[in-house]
Parts: sequence; C-alpha cells; structure tokens
Amino acid sequence: MSDPAPRAPVSAATTEPRFVRVVLVTVALSFLTLFLFVPLAAVFYEALRKGIGVYLAAIADPYALAAIRLTLLSTAIAVPLNIAFGVAAAWAIAKFEFRGKSVLITLIDLPFAVSPVIAGMIYVLLFGAQGWLGPWLGEHGIRIIFAVPGIVLATVFVTVPFVARELIPLMQAQGIDEEEAAMVLGASGWLTFWRITLPNIQWGLLYGVVLCTARAMGEFGAVSVVSGHIRGLTNTLPLHVEILYNEYQFAAAFACASLLTLLALVMLALKTLIERRALRQQRSAGAMETL
Amino acid sequence: MTPRLRQPSVLPGFGLTLGFTIGYLSLIVLVPLAMAFLRALDLSWDQFWQAVTAPRVVASYRLTFGAAFLAAAFNTAFGLIVAWVLVRYRFPGQRLVDALVDLPFALPTAVAGITLATLYSSNGWIGQYLKPLGLKVAFTPLGVIVALVFISLPFVVRTVQPVLEDLEAEVEEAAASLGAGRWQIFRRIIFPAVRPALLTGFTLAFARAIGEYGSVIFIAGNLPMVSEITPLLIVGKLEQYDYGGAAAVSVVLLIISFILLLLINLLQRWSRMRISGETAS
Repeated sequence: MSDPAPRAPVSAATTEPRFVRVVLVTVALSFLTLFLFVPLAAVFYEALRKGIGVYLAAIADPYALAAIRLTLLSTAIAVPLNIAFGVAAAWAIAKFEFRGKSVLITLIDLPFAVSPVIAGMIYVLLFGAQGWLGPWLGEHGIRIIFAVPGIVLATVFVTVPFVARELIPLMQAQGIDEEEAAMVLGASGWLTFWRITLPNIQWGLLYGVVLCTARAMGEFGAVSVVSGHIRGLTNTLPLHVEILYNEYQFAAAFACASLLTLLALVMLALKTLIERRALRQQRSAGAMETL
Repeated sequence: MTPRLRQPSVLPGFGLTLGFTIGYLSLIVLVPLAMAFLRALDLSWDQFWQAVTAPRVVASYRLTFGAAFLAAAFNTAFGLIVAWVLVRYRFPGQRLVDALVDLPFALPTAVAGITLATLYSSNGWIGQYLKPLGLKVAFTPLGVIVALVFISLPFVVRTVQPVLEDLEAEVEEAAASLGAGRWQIFRRIIFPAVRPALLTGFTLAFARAIGEYGSVIFIAGNLPMVSEITPLLIVGKLEQYDYGGAAAVSVVLLIISFILLLLINLLQRWSRMRISGETAS
C-alpha cells in the first residue's frame, strides 16, 4: 500500500522549516506511542509479570489448548471458503460486464458495515432454540448455536469480504487481454485460470488471505454471541482470554493474549513483506513496459 | 427485445462464478441479515417503537454515536499528521512504525480491550498519571472513546497516505515559485486534494467504531444509562431471550450502517471523479 522508501522533498520550497518537521514527527510518534506501542508492550509485560512458569502453565492449560484447537479449526474452515468465494466473485466481477455489478460489489462489503454482535445475532435468530429453524433442528438433534458450527458460521460471515475486495480491483486493473489470448489459442478455461490468472494475482490473493486469517483468528463479538462460552467445547482463544480476565486471572489472560498478539505481529510482518514483493513486481512490470 | 444481462465475452465461467458468488452471499450474509428485519417485523409498531426508544436504549445510542464520532474526529486529525510524517519526512524506525500502524486491524479486539482496561485503570501505566489530574478513563464513557480511538486508528492514515504519495511535487513547486508560503500551499493545494480521502477515512472509522464490541466492553464498565454501548445492549437482550427487542435495536443500527456504507461508496466515487477530472484537464 505504502511506498517503503518515502520520497524526499525536492527542494526547500516544498518542505517545512526544520522545527515544524520536528514538531510534527514528535506529535505523530507521541500519538502512536500512547495508543499503539504502549499497549503492545503492556501485553507482554503483563503476560510475563508473574514469571515464565505461570506463563507456560497458562498456555499448557487443557482449556487453553482446547481453545487454541477450536480457533485453528474455525480459521481452517473459514479461510478456504472465503478464498473460493473471493476468487469466484472477482472472476465474475472483473472479467465480465453485467448489470447490477456495483450493487453486488456493495453487497460483498456488507459484513464490514455490520456490527459483529449483529453478525452473531442473526444466526441465533435463525438457528437458536427460539429461532426460525430451531425447533426443526432440535427434533433432529442438530446443534448449531452454542456449538462449533455456529462459531464457524460467525467466523465465515465476518471474513467474507477480505479476499474478494483485494482481488476485484487487482483483476479489474489487469484486464482480460491475457486470458482472451490464451482462450483464442485453445487453452481450456481451467488451464487459463491456473496458468495465466493465478500467477498474475498471487500476491493480491496472499494479501487477502493474510488479512482474512488475522481477522478469523481474532474474531470476538460475533463468536461470543453464538458460542455460549462452554469451556473446552465452544471457547475460542479470544473468548478464553475474556473468561480468564473476568475471573481475575490476569497473568493467564495476558499469557493467552500474548499468543494472539504474536500471531497478529506475524500477520503484520507477512503483510508488509507481500506489499514489498507486489510493489517490486509492479515496478519491474512498469520497467518492462517502458523498454 | 429485453436488454441482455451481460455483454458477450470469449472467457468462460460467468454463470458458474456469478452463481456461486450470489448463492454463497445469500446463504451466509443476505438471508441471515434479512432475518433480523423479519424478526423485528414480528413486533407491532408500538412494541418496535418502545423497544428502540426506551430511555436505556436512547442513552446507549447517544454514547455509541457520540463516542464513535469523537474517536473518528480525533483519528482524523492525528491520522492526517501521521500520514503526512510517514510520506514526507524520514526518521529512524520509520518502516517499523509504518507497518505497526495496522496493528489494530490485526490484533484481536478482546486483547485490545483487556490491555487498555489494565493500562487506564487507576494503578495502570497510564491511569496512575491521570488520577492526580482528576481524570478517570477506565469504567467511564471516556474509556469507550479511548478503545474506539485504538480500533479505528489505521483508517484515516491508510486512506490519506496513498493520496499524499501521489501528489505531484510540480504543483507545489509552481505555487512556491509564485510566492505562496508553506501554510498557504497546504491550505489551498494539499488540503483540498486530500479532503475526499480524509472524509472517507473518517466515515470508515466512524462506521467501524459504531459496531465495535470486544475492545469496549472491558474498559467501559457497562453501567446502564452511563457507559453501556448499543452492541452490548443487544447482547444483553439476546441473553434474556428478548429476540424481538434485540432484532429491533439491531435494525436501527443496521440502517445507520447501511447509510454510512452508501456514503462511503459515494465519497469514493466522488474522489475518483476528481482524480480522473484532474488528469483529463
């Protein structure tokens, strides 16, 4: 997204006096320190405050391990589903002209505009004991709310747009010339997709996957509404953090929180790396065109 | 003749991908969302009106929208400064700072919530310095604003940053050579160029902050009428099996969110038009 090497002001006429620059940098960094860096440091400080023994015990706790497993499971289901959706949606929207396209794009963004709590609630209204399908599900012994399927559904809902919204502008910008050439030369649709489209969109796709994964692992509000907070069964790692915190087990809560924070930092690092790769690719493509 | 749904193309897979897209979106998003509206329709008009205008509910709207507005405004001012500094100046650790701006997007909201609540409690790292000043943040409406500032921090930075990067130096040089000062150049040239992005960032931050739940509930104290946000009120109604009431309040929140989403789309179209208009002229 951003250029890793900010361009230097060309001349004194288009930059500010030194003291203005110093003041602005100080203001920006103070703001970020207060609202970002201090909280980041505090997570690890609080986690390790009672010593490494308490930290490791909190993470090796059977309930914590069960929560980690459930978080990984729901992420492992939600992310591939939304990759399939994102690629299909981007193909339809970017490669074809049809009526109602802008409405469809807006609808894809809808989950971003919906409060996570409402995302959880709609599934309770649908599948809960007093929901529309609740009685029928009850008769057949199927549990969705306060069970794993509900958690997976809520996670899928909140992460629907991530891959699609990265791919749609990218594929729109790339156009359809290369695919058309492949098709005219006799390649099948699948071959065209695997050999032409996929290599062209790989970085954008990976970027979307990273954002989608980060959100899927960390989702709290939507999952909290459908989970029922049953320890060892329907607790994801963020929900486990909440329970520990509310039981005043602060060190344990922050130990689990630090795991999630580490995952978030890994996702940020991957995202930054992908941005740089994509930028380099863009630049070399630009250089090829000027040749 | 009926107008054709799509223009002809040699590429395959239109029916398959569009069908899958619409089917998936309907199943996961649209049909369940419609449930909220249908469930609210089960109520009579009087019941609906009572559910969405009860004093406790109105107090929660005031807090939710007020705090979201203030947090988004705060982030608009500081986001512009952060974006400006990241694009225009160089300082040690800049790349790291740039990458970390996205932390609130990646960090689970529950983690943000317990961390902020700990930091701003009366013996926390930050709270202990605010206490002598008579400022209480944790368990007050001020805490809600702090949490919302955290989770909506990246929006303005990330919408303004690319616009500042694309700004052409020539225009500023021309203005400077015609005798304009830096402040005048900022006010007359740079600010009008970033204004659409600034507005988009503000609206995105505002929309996100309205729906936020995880980071707020730990620091807010959740006192009815004082520091209870609307999403928490919905959760409370669900826990008491008041599905109709929960759906009614959700419908109010959803309609406001949809209006904001529409506004964001219009703003983006406006800024695209501005950009294409400028390059055309």
